[in-house]
Amino acid sequence: MNTSLPVPAIAGRADLEAIAAWVAPGASVLDLGCGEGLLLQFLKQSRDVRGYGIEISDANVLACVKNSVSVIQSNLETGLAGFDAGSFDYVILSQTLQAMRHTEEIIMEMLRVGRQGIVSFPNFGYWPQRLQIMRGRMPVSDVLPYNWYDTPNVHLCTLEDFEAFCAAHGVRILERIVMQGERRISFAPNLRGSVAVYRFEKK
Amino acid sequence: MHFDTPLAFRSGAQLDAYDLTYETYGTLNAAKSNAVLVCHALNASHHVAGFYAEDPKNVGWWDNMIGPGKPLDTDKFFVIGVNNPGGCFGSTGPASIKPGTGEPYGSSFPVVTVEDWVDAQARLADRLGIERFAAVMGGSLGAMQALQWAIAYPRRIANAIVIAAAPKLSAQNIAFNEVARQAITTDPDFHGGDFYTYNVVPRRGLRLARMIGHITYLSDDAMMEKFGRSLRSGAINFHFDVDFEVESYLRHQGDKFAEYFDANTYLLITRALDYFDPAGACDGNLTRALAPVKARFFIASFTSDWRFAPERSREIVKALLDNRADVCYAEIDAPHGHDAFLLDDPRYHALLRAYFDNVARECGAAA
Repeated sequence: MNTSLPVPAIAGRADLEAIAAWVAPGASVLDLGCGEGLLLQFLKQSRDVRGYGIEISDANVLACVKNSVSVIQSNLETGLAGFDAGSFDYVILSQTLQAMRHTEEIIMEMLRVGRQGIVSFPNFGYWPQRLQIMRGRMPVSDVLPYNWYDTPNVHLCTLEDFEAFCAAHGVRILERIVMQGERRISFAPNLRGSVAVYRFEKK
Repeated sequence: MHFDTPLAFRSGAQLDAYDLTYETYGTLNAAKSNAVLVCHALNASHHVAGFYAEDPKNVGWWDNMIGPGKPLDTDKFFVIGVNNPGGCFGSTGPASIKPGTGEPYGSSFPVVTVEDWVDAQARLADRLGIERFAAVMGGSLGAMQALQWAIAYPRRIANAIVIAAAPKLSAQNIAFNEVARQAITTDPDFHGGDFYTYNVVPRRGLRLARMIGHITYLSDDAMMEKFGRSLRSGAINFHFDVDFEVESYLRHQGDKFAEYFDANTYLLITRALDYFDPAGACDGNLTRALAPVKARFFIASFTSDWRFAPERSREIVKALLDNRADVCYAEIDAPHGHDAFLLDDPRYHALLRAYFDNVARECGAAA
């Protein structure tokens, strides 16, 4: 990553920095659930990436417009029907997979539209969360900051769950980064990592 | 403004000389980089904002959008509204005197297209010394002109603001236009388009055309909300005169329209709508049609618009995306139907304000 450029936009989102590092300069990127467009803004400025975001929320679409990010207001749950097969180098889904209803469909759609997919999600197997469940409560943490009754997350998984899903769905994992805060975790990642980032393609 | 150089139309016809009536708001900066062209739709004019000192009731048709401190801020931008050729608000049109005849053009006025209008607007820009517009903006048929600008003059437009648009009319859209045209052309006062010499106006036709149009501009829900089944006199009267409020509304709209709008202009404009199809020249491939585009796009549609539904805007978005053009697309959840583009919806206006703030920064138009 070109660290000489200012990156205040994605400060505090180590997963976005990891994703940005994977994206080749000049590539085309579709960011699903792009929020305020911070990743795309960063990719455009630092890596000359031609990027588009998809967002459903009015507030986030407005924020993207303010950030000069190309954004398309659309509901991901209805798939990516407006996008041709193989039309993007990367399709990114950061911190949104766990809140999707149609998980299988969106992963398959990502690999139809993009040559490669990149996802980041909170690792449900992170040990403090396991501990909270052992104590008999649903986990609440910095990466899962919701109560059981107000969470948008409907499909939480562990690293091993996701990897088993990929194996069963013909998805080849190309790279994985596991983090705890800003730190990279390599030993016992399914226990010690709070956030995982995967890059993958169709087998 | 008068033009002496002939304007050739797609039909093969041409106007040897013509006038374009336009209005401007704000100040053109020294670099001439802050000009925004606002294109009108079916029944509107060059009078996009503000009002005249002598006619304070005649407020511009997009006054909630354009003006000092408004989303398209005339303290920053130099805004131009122009009446298109074939119109009836001062530019050369069917009611204008045809040179050498002493009579109005009437039925002999050439059929104009969106492409022709955009060419005429480019001539006006030339005369005003505007090499490149910071933005060209329009809703509905006006949006088609903004789209055409981006295709025909890619280097002369930095941003295209395309609201409640469609890349071409559907069969249903054309069908509604045809009913409206039939209403006019079958009015005995139409006289084949040469009614001026008979000193009559095909009022009944214009009224009907407007009534049909109005139904398509509103959503079912918006109509129900506005009128419901309310009765004028509180009871049904077992006659065919006005019972329901909605009937009264449509008649009123029709009457008003027949007072000021030209029947031939109505035919011309609906025909321009019918014919607009930039993909047509590329075997129906809109992606290829938009390949020349260099402008950034802001596109908005309204969920309750069934005349130009959001799917139609998404066709444009997809074609732009295929060409890797910059595009922001908002789908605004508004209940008012096609007319929503003229209304003051806070989300819609906030988006345009934000977009124009960026345009202002880029073109050095800060107030």
